[in-house]
Parts: sequence; C-alpha cells; structure tokens
Amino acid sequence: MTATATDRLAQIVAQGVIDADLNVVVPSSADLFPYLPEYWREQINQTGFKGPGESSYPASAETSARPEAKPDGGPAGSSLALLQQQALDPWGTEIGILTCAYAVEAIHNPDAAVAMASAVNDWLIAEWLDKEPRLRASIVVPSQQPELAAREIDRVGGHPGFVQVYLPVRAEAPYGNRRYLPLLDAAVRNDLVVGIGFGGSPPNPPTPSGWPSYYMEEWAGMASIFQSQLMNLIFEGVFDRFPALRVTLIESGFTWLPSLLWRWNKEWKGLRPQTPWVRRLPSEYVHEHVRLTTQPWDAPPVEAQFLQIIDQLGSDELLLFSTDYPHWQYDTPEEALPPAGLPDALIAKIMRDNARTFYRL
Amino acid sequence: MPLDPSSDIRRVVAGRVEEIPPGERKLIVPFRGRAGIGVFNVNGDYHALRNLCPHKLGPLCTGRVSGRPEAVAPPSSYAGEPEIERDGEIVRCPWHLWEFDITTGQCLVDPKMRVKTYPVAIEEGEVVVYADPADLPPQPPSGAAVPATMARGRSAE
Repeated sequence: MTATATDRLAQIVAQGVIDADLNVVVPSSADLFPYLPEYWREQINQTGFKGPGESSYPASAETSARPEAKPDGGPAGSSLALLQQQALDPWGTEIGILTCAYAVEAIHNPDAAVAMASAVNDWLIAEWLDKEPRLRASIVVPSQQPELAAREIDRVGGHPGFVQVYLPVRAEAPYGNRRYLPLLDAAVRNDLVVGIGFGGSPPNPPTPSGWPSYYMEEWAGMASIFQSQLMNLIFEGVFDRFPALRVTLIESGFTWLPSLLWRWNKEWKGLRPQTPWVRRLPSEYVHEHVRLTTQPWDAPPVEAQFLQIIDQLGSDELLLFSTDYPHWQYDTPEEALPPAGLPDALIAKIMRDNARTFYRL
Repeated sequence: MPLDPSSDIRRVVAGRVEEIPPGERKLIVPFRGRAGIGVFNVNGDYHALRNLCPHKLGPLCTGRVSGRPEAVAPPSSYAGEPEIERDGEIVRCPWHLWEFDITTGQCLVDPKMRVKTYPVAIEEGEVVVYADPADLPPQPPSGAAVPATMARGRSAE
C-alpha cells in the first residue's frame, strides 16, 4: 500500500466504519446440534443431512471465497477469529452486520426448515453475537412459510444483536406478494430491517427467461432479480401498508437503479390509477425505505462518473459500505478504499453514517 | 359578462346549454394551428380548458373523463375500500394518461403542470367561453382586427 493509501485508510478507520455485509457460514449440521431438539438431532443422524445450500459456495471453488478466509477444517466464513483478523480489525470496523445464507428455504420438510432456522439463529447468538460486541446479525427464516417465519422473528427479534431479517433475493414469488405479509409485518413490529440478499434456492430459475448455463450469467444477472423484487415491493403497495418498513438490498449492485427510478417515475404519472395505493413518486419510496450495499462494486472506475451515479440516484444516503467478506469479491482495505478525491462528507455517509441511521446503530 | 372594450379577450359561444349535458363535453374552434378548447359540463358546472396537454401537447380534452381511484393500500389490506373520488371531474390525456382536474386545470401527477383554463358563463341559454384570442382562429374579415401580436400562453384568469 502506498503511503497515501495508508494515510487515507487510517483516516477512514479513525472515523469509524460500519460494514453492512459480512457473511457467516454454518460449518456443518453437527455444529447446530447444541441448538437442536433431540428429535431433530435424531432425524439428522438418521438421514445424514449435511445442511442445505451446499452447492451455493462449494468449498473448493475459487469463486466461493478468498483462500485465506478458510480456517483449518472449516468453510470460509465459519471462523470468528479469522473474521476479526481479516474483516473487522483492518477496517477498524465499529459495527459489522452478519448475514447467514443458510438456505432453509431449500428444505422441503417444513418442520425441519423451521427447526434448522431456529438452530442457526441460536447458534448466531451463542457463537457470534455473544462473543463479539462489534457484531450484529440477520435472522434466518423459513421464508417459504411466512407464518412460521413470522413466529421465528417474534421468537428472537427482541435480541439486541439482531437488526435484520434475511431473505434470499431468489424466491418462489416476489416479496410483495400477499403470502409474505405476515413475515414483513413481523419484521416491522420487531423494528428490524428486511435484508434481501444475493442467491436463494427456489424451484424457479434465476432469470425470467429460464436457466442460464454459466456462473457469470447467474452472478452478474442476479441484479435483474433485485430489480423485480424492488419493483414488486413498491407497486404491491408494501411500503404503503408498512410505512415503517426498511429494506436493504445486499450484494445487489446499485448502478442499475437510476434508470429504473426514471422509468418508474415517468410511467407512474400515467399508470397511477391502476395502483392508486402508490400515492407518491416511486423514487420517493426508494429514498425513504431502501438502501443498497456497495459490494460487489459495480460502479464505474472513474470517480467523476461515480459522483454522477450518486447524483442520478437522487440521494447520497442510499449506499452502505460493505466488504462482503469472505466472498471472492471481498476486497482488502487497500483494494476497497473509496475512490480518492470523493468529498469527505460523502465518504463518511457511505462508510458509516448511512448504515448507522438506517439500522439505528 | 360584458367585455371590456380595451381587452382582446373574445366571446365565443360554445352552444346551447342543452347541447352539453352533465358528463359531456364539446370541442370548439378547432382550427389549423390551434388546438381548440374543450368545454365540459361537470355536474351542471361548465369548465373550459385549452385542448393542449402541457406535458407533450397532446389533445388533452379528447381524453377519457373519469374519477380518480384513491386507496391507502390494496383492497386485501382491509385498510379501507379503494374509492373513486371526484367522479367526472378528471380528464386523462389520451397520449400519456396524465390526470388533470377539469375544474382547475391542475395536473394531478405533476404539481408543476397546469393546463390553461378560460372563464365560462351561461348567457341567455348559451354556454359562452371568454377566450384568449391567441387560442382562437383569426377574426373573420368582418370582425374586429386580429391583434398584431398574439400573446401565446396568456392566462385568461
């Protein structure tokens, strides 16, 4: 790192950083045994269930995580000590928000999905939140069963370490669908953000036109699903039903948003009568209710163009700094410093203040 | 309504009142280079709007007249029944479907937009519009002189 970059990092660290997306991984089903009733331990022993979502981040794939993030004998993201050393300490992170994409939505046994979600949440409390005061976490829920997800949110939502409910962006139906109202209602009454994150394992394909062939298509194409989810939340009137609802899009990218804001605002003027509950310009709902994490960074490499995007978003309060540790797009501090020359006030908002305000940290 | 001789406002008879019953409208003075004026009967009150949408200059007054759907949330929220408010008082431009309040000319989806309106009076059974000459065809040779400068965009209020 050059002296200048070192100085800039020191300056940012000194002001405090909030990392809105740190990923943790359950090492194995056995690690959840202390948090599972005897009945479910017996079921897992009988069936040899290894846990859902094994294929999302294959341990040996380079695209799963940076190699140094893998602890001995466990998957990347399963070690608190490494997370502290590699993600929290170098950034001087004041608060880091954990997401655990333990894919309970892929468990077709509904009772097992509930039990596993509860076990993961208790594991998050015991193994992460209780051990590291800088951490906050996202509640894992069986989103395919919104009523049961709501019960799980009510069960653990009062824990001060939980600041968010995690939903995978891929879903059986968009989250503005009526079936999810109990889940969203529970998030709101527990004063939690709804974090919609990359991935998910629903039965439907990850593009509206069917199954793609390659990782690149699913990886970079996930933005279209975020777009569909956000559009659905607005026009189903979810933000009108729940004026206190807060939604963070996690690992969504953000440069696609201005074009949609323009289009929605334009079309709303003619189509408003078809969704009369959308009583304000669509962009106003986004500005008030929605935030986006910065990693993977899809902004242009040129600083002036990044400032144009902030301008086009219509607000400098939408972006939340994230490392996305330990995924392979995680950048070390020297790689992920915000572009040099951005206004200090903007850097402070992105690196810390936007998340502090939105999550009430 | 007597005309001020110094004014260039012109008196235009849109028709007999019975020609434009409640809920109906009549487009008057269509003329090459002029959009014309829409005269609407809203529940017995007459209103005149320039037939020119301030958004993209579409023929606003030929659009569908309706009310304005209002709701605090979708019907299944049981937060209250969606309602059609001000039925018959809203015209939607046929080009981009923007809603305008016929009684005021105000655009309801963009507060910066407003369509030009004209005073209307009922005189001896006739619907009379007091129109800006800029929005009318030139006077026939037998009439008063056409102003040399046509003040485009003047409000008649």
